[in-house]
Amino acid sequence: MNKLWLIIKREYLTRVKKRSFILTTLLTPLGIGLLMVVATLLMTYEGDESNTVAIVDPSNILNETIADGNNLYFKFENRSVDELKSNYKELGYDGIVLVPKVENLKTTDFTSFYYSDGKLSPNLQSSLSSKLRDAIREYKIVQLGLDKEELDALRTKVSIDPEPIEEGAQDESSMASGIAAGIGGFMGFFMYFAVFFYGMMVMRSVMEEKTSRIVEVMISSVKPFQLMLGKIIGVGAVGLTQLIIWAILIPGITMLATMIMGIDPDQQLEMAQNSGAAQIDVEESTAMIYQAMEEIGNLNWFILIPLFIVFFLGGFFLYASLFAAVGSAMSDDLGESQSLTLPITIPVILALYIMMAVIRSPNSSLAVWSSIFPLFSPIVMPARMAMGIPTWQIIVSIVVLVASVVFFIWLSGRIYRVGILMYGKKVSFKELGKWLFYKV
Amino acid sequence: MEILKLVDVTKQYDKKLAVDKVSFDMPKGCIFGLLGPNGAGKTSLIRIITTITGADTGTVYLDGTPIDSDTPSHIGYMPEERGLYKKMKVGEQLMYLAQLKGLSARVAREKIMHWFEKFDILPWWDKKIEELSKGMQQKIQFISTVVHEPKLLILDEPFSGLDPLNTNLIKDEIRKLNQAGSSIIFSTHRMEQVEEICERIILIDNGQKILEGTVADIKDQFKENLFEIQYEGALPEDLNNYGTMKSSSGNSFVIKKMPDQQNNSILQYLIDNDVRIRAYNEILPSLNEIFIRQVEAQS
Repeated sequence: MNKLWLIIKREYLTRVKKRSFILTTLLTPLGIGLLMVVATLLMTYEGDESNTVAIVDPSNILNETIADGNNLYFKFENRSVDELKSNYKELGYDGIVLVPKVENLKTTDFTSFYYSDGKLSPNLQSSLSSKLRDAIREYKIVQLGLDKEELDALRTKVSIDPEPIEEGAQDESSMASGIAAGIGGFMGFFMYFAVFFYGMMVMRSVMEEKTSRIVEVMISSVKPFQLMLGKIIGVGAVGLTQLIIWAILIPGITMLATMIMGIDPDQQLEMAQNSGAAQIDVEESTAMIYQAMEEIGNLNWFILIPLFIVFFLGGFFLYASLFAAVGSAMSDDLGESQSLTLPITIPVILALYIMMAVIRSPNSSLAVWSSIFPLFSPIVMPARMAMGIPTWQIIVSIVVLVASVVFFIWLSGRIYRVGILMYGKKVSFKELGKWLFYKV
Repeated sequence: MEILKLVDVTKQYDKKLAVDKVSFDMPKGCIFGLLGPNGAGKTSLIRIITTITGADTGTVYLDGTPIDSDTPSHIGYMPEERGLYKKMKVGEQLMYLAQLKGLSARVAREKIMHWFEKFDILPWWDKKIEELSKGMQQKIQFISTVVHEPKLLILDEPFSGLDPLNTNLIKDEIRKLNQAGSSIIFSTHRMEQVEEICERIILIDNGQKILEGTVADIKDQFKENLFEIQYEGALPEDLNNYGTMKSSSGNSFVIKKMPDQQNNSILQYLIDNDVRIRAYNEILPSLNEIFIRQVEAQS
């Protein structure tokens, strides 16, 4: 036990003290924060070009009123377009906008003309069209003698609010399932990444010990199983450390960045609107964001996070032990390593695809069975957890996972103890199978 | 009293019988040569003794008790293929290996420091292994093998890769450890080193023990009664009564003594005949010759 502890300590400390580990662990959240800041800056960037535009409105559709925009200034002109064309530059205009007469009040198409030698930039185009659209709407309302309030009432927004039937169940909003799917997807992807990344770390470390021949010195002091288990636990602790640091730093830095930048969701939405992507009401979307935040807050994080850690550790131990077994069987030849790791990577990749399908239908039988099958559950189950699934499924999944972890560590230990002392032999799976029954 | 006793130890790998009913006793405080050609089963045997692998049948006793999970802390093993964690610092590395052998951190540090002073390598403590030369790494490996003062030391080709200076240094340390009571198994192909260092040897081939005993006994067992004599003056005629002339050149000759003659009788005869003797040597076979002869006889 004491020896195992020494091994774990070494495996953990040598990795955690490495400069590369410290840098990745600290710089990743900083990088994400920085990326957010830069992305926001870039998205809010409207260019340093200011435009002054002459508006020629012979039929007085705009009623001489139009608000200036960011770096965009309007001036109504009584002269005709032809007159302005010759000297618009001298008058300080970048272009002339002609607002023609609205011929037919009942068409939805309207074309305005922009005269200039300069290019019509997308920014200018979108702000011009949105300003004209609003103005023409007002104009049409007046001309057609419509009631504005009635008109607004026509824009009905329909949402489906799920209501639980069972007494005492939490009433959730229509957004809940979307949010849960998003969080689930994120968790699933993270698990996929973590299993691969840390599993490979174990494999490389086993290979290094074998090729540097330290392993024979080591196992003259400790049991091969202790060495393998110590390595897996040590690397797992490294992963957990990184995970926890990120779980604290990433939201922290993101919040900090938001505060420093003074970015508020409204502004971001306005931007999205300006770029013409979605025509959502700003107030409405702000409400949506608050609701989403509330939904995220409503999730039971005190249960979700520990469960996530359980599945993280389970998945890691299961796959890391397999990677350790394969690492022990490898020689320095990297080409060979590919054929040996393939059978491990296939279930991981398969689990990722299943996870993506499961997010769309979290209660399908595929979802249920794959979140119990131990090779898939560490990736699939975290993706489903946020969607509120029956407790029994989580319990069964964890029990099966823990049992499988014990089994796979035992299995890998049998292969490992033979593999680390086997040199210069090309290893097949048949061979690995034989090793299971070697008496060592 | 034996430090190590093997009784009918057998180990089968797949289809190969690596160790075939090997038994031997190794007295306490002895430097013991484990010899054999490549693939004879030396490493398999060592791995059984160090509990890296288990024997299929047979028993190994270390200091009178069958080997168990406690055995590794009493053994220091330096494999032929050396290995250290290249990225680890020398001090940390030695501390780690010493603690795995069951030393407390405090004792480990004390003992390592002692060796560092002895080898005059104190400035190496914070160096990474990969920064050291091969010979320097070898010294670290040696320290890691002996730091816990094992009852039994197993050294597999301990001098390979060492320059003559360091070879002597390590050789001296091995002798000192032996004088301090350590029993040492010394596995090598270098027969001149075996003759120089070992008191007893065991020769194995194809997994079987084919020779065992003290170096002197074995040499005696394989001697051919050859004597080399250097002289001045004229040789008497009837020397052939005492033995068969094997060769002669200038003032020396080699003679194979008749089995019934005493070792001294030729010498006596020559002196009686006024031949002045400058040198008189019994030619004993080198272990190298015995080794080659025995291994060839096996195959």
